[in-house]
Amino acid sequence: MEDNIDQLYADIQRGNENTIAKAISMVEDGTKDAVKLMKKVYRNIEPAYLVGISGPPGSGKSTITQSIVQLWRKENIKVAIIAIDPTSHFSGGALLGDRIRMDKISTDRGVFIRSMATRGSLGGLNSSIYDTVLIFSLAGYEYIIIETVGVGQNEIDIVKLADTTIFVTVPEAGDEIQAYKAGLMEAGDIFVVNKADRPKSEQMVLTIEQLVSFRGDKEIWKPPVLATNALQDEGITDIKKSINDHHIYLEEKDLLQKNRREVIRAQMINLMEKKLNEKFISPILKDQKFFKHIELICKKKEDPYSVVNELLSL
Amino acid sequence: MDNFIKVLIAKPGLDGHDRGAKVIARGLKEAGMEVVYTGLRQTPEQIVRSAIQEDVDVIGLSILSGAHSYLFPEIMNRLKKADHSDVAVIAGGIIPEDDHKKLKELGIKAIFQPGTPISKIVDFIENEVQK
Amino acid sequence: MSEENIDKSYKEWKNDKFDKTAQRFGERKKEFKSDSNRTVKPLYTPLDIKDLDYINKISFPGDYPFTRGVYPTMYRSKLWTMRQYAGFGSAKETNRRFRYLLGQGQTGLSVAFDLPTQIGYDSDHPLARGEVGKVGVAIDTLADMELLFDQIPLNKVSTSMTINSPASILLAMYKVVAEKQGVSSEKLAGTIQNDILKEYIARGTYIFPPEPSLRIITDIFDYCSKEMPRFNTISISGYHIREAGSDAVQELAFTIADGIEYVKAAVDIGMDVDEFAPRLSFFFNAQMDLFEEIAKFRAARRLWAEIMEERFKAQKAKSKMLRFHTQTAGSALTAQQPMNNIMRVTLQALSAVLGGTQSLHTNSYDEAMGLPTEDSVKIALRTQQLIAHETGAADTIDPLAGSYYIESMTDHLVKEARQYIEKIDELGGMAQAIETGYIQREIQENAYRLQKEVEKEDRVVVGVNQFIEEDEEKNNNLLKVDPAVENEQIEELKNIKVKRDDQEVKDALTQIKKAAVNDNNLMYPIIKAVKAYATIGEISDVLREEFGEYEAQYI
Repeated sequence: MEDNIDQLYADIQRGNENTIAKAISMVEDGTKDAVKLMKKVYRNIEPAYLVGISGPPGSGKSTITQSIVQLWRKENIKVAIIAIDPTSHFSGGALLGDRIRMDKISTDRGVFIRSMATRGSLGGLNSSIYDTVLIFSLAGYEYIIIETVGVGQNEIDIVKLADTTIFVTVPEAGDEIQAYKAGLMEAGDIFVVNKADRPKSEQMVLTIEQLVSFRGDKEIWKPPVLATNALQDEGITDIKKSINDHHIYLEEKDLLQKNRREVIRAQMINLMEKKLNEKFISPILKDQKFFKHIELICKKKEDPYSVVNELLSL
Repeated sequence: MDNFIKVLIAKPGLDGHDRGAKVIARGLKEAGMEVVYTGLRQTPEQIVRSAIQEDVDVIGLSILSGAHSYLFPEIMNRLKKADHSDVAVIAGGIIPEDDHKKLKELGIKAIFQPGTPISKIVDFIENEVQK
Repeated sequence: MSEENIDKSYKEWKNDKFDKTAQRFGERKKEFKSDSNRTVKPLYTPLDIKDLDYINKISFPGDYPFTRGVYPTMYRSKLWTMRQYAGFGSAKETNRRFRYLLGQGQTGLSVAFDLPTQIGYDSDHPLARGEVGKVGVAIDTLADMELLFDQIPLNKVSTSMTINSPASILLAMYKVVAEKQGVSSEKLAGTIQNDILKEYIARGTYIFPPEPSLRIITDIFDYCSKEMPRFNTISISGYHIREAGSDAVQELAFTIADGIEYVKAAVDIGMDVDEFAPRLSFFFNAQMDLFEEIAKFRAARRLWAEIMEERFKAQKAKSKMLRFHTQTAGSALTAQQPMNNIMRVTLQALSAVLGGTQSLHTNSYDEAMGLPTEDSVKIALRTQQLIAHETGAADTIDPLAGSYYIESMTDHLVKEARQYIEKIDELGGMAQAIETGYIQREIQENAYRLQKEVEKEDRVVVGVNQFIEEDEEKNNNLLKVDPAVENEQIEELKNIKVKRDDQEVKDALTQIKKAAVNDNNLMYPIIKAVKAYATIGEISDVLREEFGEYEAQYI
């Protein structure tokens, strides 16, 4: 059996696209073999440099992603992109449409694009995202971009997995920016105002600069606020440079490893929650007795606190 | 353990009519599947690469331009060359019945004509994937 | 009878007669809705149009706001143009079909081009493989265009060309072919579709991004106002928006909003609205809801006239007239029991005639499965001739005016369309609205609603979800495009490239590039290039280099 996993590991390392893709599916589905593979990966592989990018729909993140990748490709750097879209709570299905905006790099042999749905029924981060990052790292991709849509807590959690986090917005976002959660302003390493040819873009840059200035002085990194026009390829080299600058900054201040420890911590909590759910909570939820308890609580014969203690044998 | 069906919906060639592809993509999503939609003007090379990278169970080809006679064999050949013929390929759009036999011989599992209800396509996919 | 009396009587009738009978016998459906999901009442009365101002909102044919028709005599003087969209294979084959149709009584030509031509690729381009001649005629150079109009007198026949991104090139070719026939450009009548905005929304044959595309369009407006004053420079289209799944209100609103964007683009570069507006034309869909469609056409005329006056202060009456072509809805055709499509097309065509269309294309019954055969297109043409000559539908102008239902619906459609247009204004205009994906989302929502209704059988499609025949006989008499066409075109291209003057072509292409960079009118250098037998691909590539290619952003 170990031969199986070793073969899989070796094929991924060789860069076989078919195998990489299947391994990611295994990890998404949570199979036993996937766990075996990831055990070996975690013990052997250093993650590649991870860039997270998010922003509201229509901000042009995919175009920016494509443009940055094209710059890296000019230097022959292999890049993987994980494009994340939300799973529908109603149906459990998902529409994954980010490939549309990355047409130009879709035939480049040095680029791997994988779309992923958030899945997960109890919220929280999908643990297979970081596992996928490591699989790409094993396969030799030097930069990995995680791209997601929106600026809610879920999206912030996703992009915080990254070493460098980029948030994109557009000049018209205006009042919405003021309402942005503090979490967004705290989590971003680079801010981009795209479609900067539109009116009010300078104002937007100033607004964000101001909001960002409220961050604590714990760190010395001053997040740049960049104006770009992705469809005209303007400002992209600035983003690339900022990513580079941030990378150097993290190395110099010994922060790269510190941040990655945070990520491992989050991943562990995620996996623990998953396991607890699987072993303890799901079986309870499926048991008929659970519904009987609910009935009794509604009839004031029981209360939730007592029931939970009993069910969990606490 | 999760068990999601992943489908690629692709528009091969220059045909720009995407109403059907989008309606189907949404219908499959509402049936609980994960649908990767490629957008317009996909070459056979792009379609096969997307199918491999996304590790889809099914490829759905939508075409109304009559160019299927050239594009479909191209796609099926590339899938074979990439050792990826286990993916189920289905098609829809304007594909005359006279061409169906040849296309099925190439390995295309089903061709759905205009007016096919989404539920029929969902059922077909679910059955195919179970095999 | 005074309004109060009618109101009183109506209420009595409703309570005493209608409601009681409805309770006793039931109604066929829980809710009666139009195709666009608007409530349809059991009865319309004078009360429904009590506030309608006849003189200012309905008026007379040929009088602002043209609700009843753009010309004073309409079909009393001249029937609508019977203009069947045609094209497939080689220019020679299509020419044969053109002459057949003209021989059968068609009164104008309408050209369908293949996808490579529409997207600015020559027949030998890698992306053209398998597509040459399939959905229309393959045109690579002027030589093909000459064959296309062989034996067709361009001083007598008007031609509509369904071409968008490379419209400038095909227009140039048409002008040169006419010149070779001895027909001067001022006499040429016809239309180029040239409506790029709807390509981004619904049709997909775009090449360049929006800004340069609008520039090419205004170049054409300018050129034609000086050199081809009888030619319609654009056919602002709602047909495809409806085919993509929109409802009637969206078709109306988005088309008019596109029109506003084009007028604005021309006015912004300094053109006088009355210089070019008279040659703008429109193109609508004729769907199945008979009365909603008739109301839609009337609403379109009124809405455009009001907007041209309010927004753009047009002075000439012709600048405010919405002249339009109609095509019966392709998406209403079924592959099941195809003969039913003949009846569908008949009723759709009737709505267009009762709605006052200037020209009409009727689909053939086999079009859910392929391009029309000679036999099937003949039936489609006869449908128009029958309506024109046997029914009396064309004998009085705007016959349904005054109908409480039609007038009330016309008024509602105008009001609802205005709401959409306001929203689009807020988004910054149509080009912006398209960029945000707003328009596409609206259309897709409706498309999905229609699909669900058909699947739940809330919406009946005869032969598809009701009155089904399990073992239908298959139609084997479908048109087949000869696959040899592709190789023939490729060979021809080689020959032409050998025969022509390479230096002349190179110089002409350089001139086009210069004009693109210097903001000079592109039509003049394009005409020169076309005369030198430069190919559509070569000319388009020069523009691609300058303008870039459009990248689709939204699902």
